[in-house]
Amino acid sequence: MDNLYSLTAGELLGLLDKKTIKPEEIIESVYSRAQSVDKKIKGYLNLDREKALSRAKSLPSSGKLKGIPVAVKDNICVEGELTTCASKILRGFKPPYNATVIEKLKSEGAVIFGKTNMDEFAFGSSCENSSYFPTLNPWDTARIPGGSSGGSAAVVSADEAVMAIGSDTGGSIRQPASLCGVVGMKPTYGRVSRYGLIAFASSLDQIGPLTKDIKDAALLLGVIAGFDEKDSTSVNVPVPDYASYLKNDVKGVKIGIPKEYFVEGMDKEVEASVREAIALLKGKGAQIVDVSLPHTEYAVAVYYILATAEASSNLARFDGVQYGYRCEDPANLLDMYERTRGEGFGAEAKRRIILGTYVLSSGYYDAYYLKAQKVRMLIKNDFEQVFKSGCDCILTPTSPTPAFKVGERSADPLSMYLSDIFTISVNLAGVPALSMPCGFTKSGLPIGMQLIGNFFEEGKIFNAAYAYESNTDWHKRSPKL
Amino acid sequence: MAYEPVIGLEVHVQLKTVSKMFCGCTTEFGGAPNTHTCPVCLGFPGVLPVLNRRALVEAIRVALAVGCKVSDKVKFHRKNYFYPDLPKDYQISQYDEPLSENGRLNIKINGGEKTIKIKRVHMEEDAGKLIHEEGGDSSFVDFNRSGMPLLEIVSEPDINSPEEAYMYLTDLKLLLRYLGVSDCDMEKGSLRCDANISIRKKGGTGLGTKAEVKNMNSFKAVKSALEFEFERQSKCLEAGERIIQETRLWDPDKGITVSMRSKEEAHDYRYFPEPDLVPFALEAAMVENERKDLPELPEARKARFIAALSLTEYDAEVLTQDKDTADYFEECVKFYNKPKIVSNWLMGDVSGYLNAKNLSVRGSKLKPQALAGLLKEVDSGKISGKMAKDIVIEMLDTGKDASAIISEKGLAQISDTGELEKFAEEAIAENAKTAEDFLNGKDNALMFLVGQVMKKTKGKANPAVVNKILRDKLSKKQ
Repeated sequence: MDNLYSLTAGELLGLLDKKTIKPEEIIESVYSRAQSVDKKIKGYLNLDREKALSRAKSLPSSGKLKGIPVAVKDNICVEGELTTCASKILRGFKPPYNATVIEKLKSEGAVIFGKTNMDEFAFGSSCENSSYFPTLNPWDTARIPGGSSGGSAAVVSADEAVMAIGSDTGGSIRQPASLCGVVGMKPTYGRVSRYGLIAFASSLDQIGPLTKDIKDAALLLGVIAGFDEKDSTSVNVPVPDYASYLKNDVKGVKIGIPKEYFVEGMDKEVEASVREAIALLKGKGAQIVDVSLPHTEYAVAVYYILATAEASSNLARFDGVQYGYRCEDPANLLDMYERTRGEGFGAEAKRRIILGTYVLSSGYYDAYYLKAQKVRMLIKNDFEQVFKSGCDCILTPTSPTPAFKVGERSADPLSMYLSDIFTISVNLAGVPALSMPCGFTKSGLPIGMQLIGNFFEEGKIFNAAYAYESNTDWHKRSPKL
Repeated sequence: MAYEPVIGLEVHVQLKTVSKMFCGCTTEFGGAPNTHTCPVCLGFPGVLPVLNRRALVEAIRVALAVGCKVSDKVKFHRKNYFYPDLPKDYQISQYDEPLSENGRLNIKINGGEKTIKIKRVHMEEDAGKLIHEEGGDSSFVDFNRSGMPLLEIVSEPDINSPEEAYMYLTDLKLLLRYLGVSDCDMEKGSLRCDANISIRKKGGTGLGTKAEVKNMNSFKAVKSALEFEFERQSKCLEAGERIIQETRLWDPDKGITVSMRSKEEAHDYRYFPEPDLVPFALEAAMVENERKDLPELPEARKARFIAALSLTEYDAEVLTQDKDTADYFEECVKFYNKPKIVSNWLMGDVSGYLNAKNLSVRGSKLKPQALAGLLKEVDSGKISGKMAKDIVIEMLDTGKDASAIISEKGLAQISDTGELEKFAEEAIAENAKTAEDFLNGKDNALMFLVGQVMKKTKGKANPAVVNKILRDKLSKKQ
């Protein structure tokens, strides 16, 4: 079979089970697909055929993902392999250890496939802020794939990877998944260990799956989820069998539609597609109710205070002392710090470090950071209220617009920050959410919808998502490359 | 004008846990540079801290021992600043909600007691260590110390003289040693002290502008530095100058403090809650268990030694100045229930020997049961107190039992009356004049005759028995 690359993990595992194919054949197929299309997409930073093949040949005897290649966002540590957050300041850095998710993937037989491009340190919503090169949208290479996990979303969309993992701090998995027409999920905060994820904003970051369909998302999340004693923020709640939630039945499932997410001026095609999806679910027996998340309008402001505050601290360690980039011939210690960081970080990273430093500085802490923390609690309460009222899920658009053109928003950071307006609240609250395809624009760009669940109720999201997917074929479309 | 100093001390204590504060690396001192490290204590990208429960428990014990109220919540902050030996460029510490607050330490000063209030005791991690190349322009960094569990014990500005500061540190160290939570070795950096000092008119209230003095590596240095600062600030005010708020370094060679940085350059640490360590509730029952489990502390122990063992205040004080000595003393008393005699021996011959050889009582070869054995031999009359003084030295040298030394060297006291009677008669015969003197009422004369018998027996005779025999014989002569 020469089109193995176009199959889902679920389909490939079926073939592997029947011994129709060997893991090496999957690697060869996906690798040669990447060879032929990545010139256009530029989703990968590193992809090594020999390494992937040798991993495929030395797999454990069993495992839920045995033989499946999984691409990894470049901010997740893989032992001995370049992990740079697409930043010059980490150029050449090879971690001496594996992230917990990498250990989990390996123990279930997944083949760690390649490192995918991203916005530097996950700062961005377009994948244009990589210090290497921008990644492009497989559906229209004049457009961005979304960010910051743009590389992971694009390689799954372009069939250059069977599955991928990304990280989501304010929408960084869901927004590119939406713009690239794939499934992406941010699990509950604490559901997946962050150990080995190079931190952007520790209280918001979460690792999650990017896949071709819902079944694969449930499968991949099942592998990477779970308590990790190396991460004090991970939560010791048993991981359910997510596959058991994949039922084409939403009778009586209560889905909330927050009015704050359907406002004047939003993209007409996006709104129409999401409304059609709501109608479809209603037709299948779901109970659709109007809900309110009244503090939504503050989410972006709160997010950019808290996320940059944490980022300014998390990025302090990139100082040229221990690893990564160091400037040439520093005159003294201060010069070394200043030039290393000045030369090593890109513009968006600097912008966020400066903003975060400012909001934490004495005299401003109470007005910004502390106030933002309080509003964050209100945002979290909004979600709790909705779920307390009996909603199983909340349905919203994922992104206010389809993929925009390369360079279109780069000169205006604020308009870029608004790309995550529908996804950010979820990170502030810590609840899980998934984005999946729900239509296409007339010009052929994917449109995504977001399903938000209560804490640790990823299963309910999968149920609604799977029922929708089973009655549509958006996920089966592929970009022409 | 007369001034008085107002001093507050910040003491950093390294806890004696097996592993570091937030990772599993060893806390062992020494080791080649950067061998006691892992990605976590090196602050590598992607790693996360996990709190060492043992460090938390030990911190709670210290907090309880100084009478602090322990918080019902454990919360950490990040203290952000750039320094090459700080791997993450922030330190995980406690800020607005420390582990514990409002304690006190009673110090002994000028024959009396004074209470120094303790503001807070909180946990934090240590940084690494910079090594500057001698004669070169390179610096090296050793992260073995990075992530070591530290306690910061902050006093209120209740200390009013360098002597009080010295006593505070001495008593605090004693307490920490009793708890067994730290080596308190200033040379190894397991106890460090910074001092805040300002001055005011004697008897006044309020606080003047303070200087923070760092870099003092012994209690004596703290005392000297504070004496110098008191003088400096007094002269400054006398000369009509203003004191500037600044950080000063103690130069032990020159015996002066020098300015390091003024407040204008002070850091803005941008504290904010550590998002990688979620705050958690501290169970009251757990804290109570630790409280019940605290060892008897020096003050209480001293009081008990006086009340229950009838020791003098002085003896009790000396014996409780060191936990090992006090434990050792009590073990001896268990085997030989005459506390005053044990105390005399420990504070006399035994400590004399140990001090001369620079040994600790625990490190010596003399075990408590053996010392008790020796004292029993004296009581039984087998040996004299004087002989025991020689024997104890041999016991300290060799670790042998008293009975073994006595029989090996034939040191047993002669109490056999038959044998002694023979020597007594000889002595009377050889010193007829003295015998007569005794019979004429010169009681002292008998002592001479006893001495003669002791001489004949090479000191082995039991003087009490000899005394009795001589009296009997002489009275018969009358």
